[in-house]
Amino acid sequence: MGLARATGILLGKELRTELRSRELVTTTAVFVLLVIALFSFTFDPSSAESRRFGPGLLWLAFLFAASLMLQTCFLREQANDTLSGLRLCVGDPFAIFLAKLAANALFLLLTELLLLPVFSVLYNVPILRVWPSLVLVLLVGDVGICLTGTGMAAISAQARMRELLLPLLLLPLLTPVLIASTEATAALLSENPVLRWDWLGILLAFDGVFLTVLWLFGEYLLEE
Amino acid sequence: MTLGDSAVGLRCSQLEKRFGNLVALRRVDLEIAPGETVVLAGHNGAGKSTLLRLAAGLTRPTSGRVFIGTAEVREPGSARAVGFLAHQTMLYDELTAKENLVLFAKLLGVPEPVRRAENLLAEAGLGERGDSLVRTFSRGMRQRLALARALLSRPRVLLLDEPGTGLDAGGLAWVAGTLHELHRDGVTTVMSLHSQPELAAVATRAVRLQAGKVAADSAAGQALDAVLGMGAC
Amino acid sequence: MGKRIAGVVVLFLLLALTTYLAFYYAPVERTMGVIQKIFYLHLPSAFTAFIAMGICFTANLLYVFRRAPKWDWLGVSAAEVGLPFITVVLITGPIWAHPVWGVWWTWDARLTLTLVLWLLYVAYLLLRSMIEEPDRRALLSALFGIFAFLDVPLVYFSIRWFRTQHPQPVILGGPGSGLEPRMRVAYLLVWAAFTGLLILLLRSRYRLEAMRADVETLRREVEGR
Repeated sequence: MGLARATGILLGKELRTELRSRELVTTTAVFVLLVIALFSFTFDPSSAESRRFGPGLLWLAFLFAASLMLQTCFLREQANDTLSGLRLCVGDPFAIFLAKLAANALFLLLTELLLLPVFSVLYNVPILRVWPSLVLVLLVGDVGICLTGTGMAAISAQARMRELLLPLLLLPLLTPVLIASTEATAALLSENPVLRWDWLGILLAFDGVFLTVLWLFGEYLLEE
Repeated sequence: MTLGDSAVGLRCSQLEKRFGNLVALRRVDLEIAPGETVVLAGHNGAGKSTLLRLAAGLTRPTSGRVFIGTAEVREPGSARAVGFLAHQTMLYDELTAKENLVLFAKLLGVPEPVRRAENLLAEAGLGERGDSLVRTFSRGMRQRLALARALLSRPRVLLLDEPGTGLDAGGLAWVAGTLHELHRDGVTTVMSLHSQPELAAVATRAVRLQAGKVAADSAAGQALDAVLGMGAC
Repeated sequence: MGKRIAGVVVLFLLLALTTYLAFYYAPVERTMGVIQKIFYLHLPSAFTAFIAMGICFTANLLYVFRRAPKWDWLGVSAAEVGLPFITVVLITGPIWAHPVWGVWWTWDARLTLTLVLWLLYVAYLLLRSMIEEPDRRALLSALFGIFAFLDVPLVYFSIRWFRTQHPQPVILGGPGSGLEPRMRVAYLLVWAAFTGLLILLLRSRYRLEAMRADVETLRREVEGR
């Protein structure tokens, strides 16, 4: 069976499960909203200040939210050992990662799209004029987060203290994503918006490197 | 992987598995001929589940090798001609019974996955509950569904870890009947059992594991019931 | 045994010699003054830490593909021995920066990179302590080590691009540009001594890990009887 077909079937499963419970997207969205609201108490959200701190705070919120959201992706498979079931049926275990990666990146993007208007209103930052470029930055950044995130979630699910361990493993790895996506977002939200291809390049390089790593080493992450 | 229909048995050669300090299997040599229905007996921790998981390719042996037919088992995906029922159900609680079967059937590349799923549901006596979430199922119903899952690809080798768990008399009768039919079709079955004489009755051979070693084997001359230690097993 | 004692003695003499070289032989730097001496500790530590990381990464890769426990022992030894060297870099950096730049910590590219590295290797060691079963611990930590090592160039480039856009203190005639010959001798010798120290520590740590595994095997055999 082809990798693409297996990934498609598994992605369908992930989406159907989430559509049924809507747990992940709602919880993550509320978490990000909470962070945005709480952050506004730490500085004056006037237009100038927001432009300075806004993008960084936004991406930090996304990063923390993602590290919470990704916890469940392998823990759910442990409940009835469905992970073994998948491993028995799927020719290439990379399909399991690809499906989880795609599903989580989609959920994260959806959460972000829901909350960007709220952020824009609360922090007086206009986003409508740079909408398509912003979505591009979000997408490339989210893929990077979820690439390393699914890998680390597969590791932490097999360890003790997994809830604490996942952010510990994941967040330092995501330093390049945090810097590049924050800078790219800041450039888009500035007075004279530009799409910074150099930062997008770093993000794409990150995605490329870790997609390859996951493709090469993913199957070992699922061994028992 | 092609197994060569005539010779689909199972063979372990010097198979050893350690989990850190714990030795689950100690250099086990075991040959199971095509078409045999073998019961693995033994106390908890004797290495029955480990042997089955190794044969399914889910766990990597510390040393030694497992063969299904003539092909060595290296990774789980390569053994799709094998049906595996694990200790846990390997079913998604948040999907319906039918969705579970269709998902795994599609992943296995079973032709006409939906019809295959419906047929198996009916056989397992779950036809009425096909569209209910597995979360709402009793332990026995889950076990029936899990066994149906293992049968999806019409495997030539069936590995069953405690197939009788949680089943009522009707369930046990269904499993025994199914195993009997599969035996007639020449399917090789290896199952670990605890205390279901109904299922042990189907066996053509019994192997007792003790502390990771083969302690007794009915193929070596002992009576089958003696190896099973009926009543005690 | 004799060889090991000889090794320790030679290394001790070498370290004593480098101390002399750094403090008396090499001249006092013109603009920074005596504080520049800390660079004889700072720079070689950084290089040594990078060597340790390279060893750790190689061992991780070898473990994943070969699955021989010795590669796991080498991996954990390199990480544990390398971590103090990174820590030295992180401590000496601010001590030097305070008199020269007027602040303890600047988010300078190299210093920030070192901090991220430190965090990554602490995460590696923490992960190891969170998994009991030896095979699983070895495999998963090796895989994390691979992720972490491949992340380093990306971290470096992102931080460098990020920091060059922001104002940062200028290093007045910093090391690297036209080194005084006696300074160069001192740097090289300190580095050689530190690399020797690294190898010596690595060897004993590796032996310790091997012994621990032996003890486990013996205990298993006794329990198996």
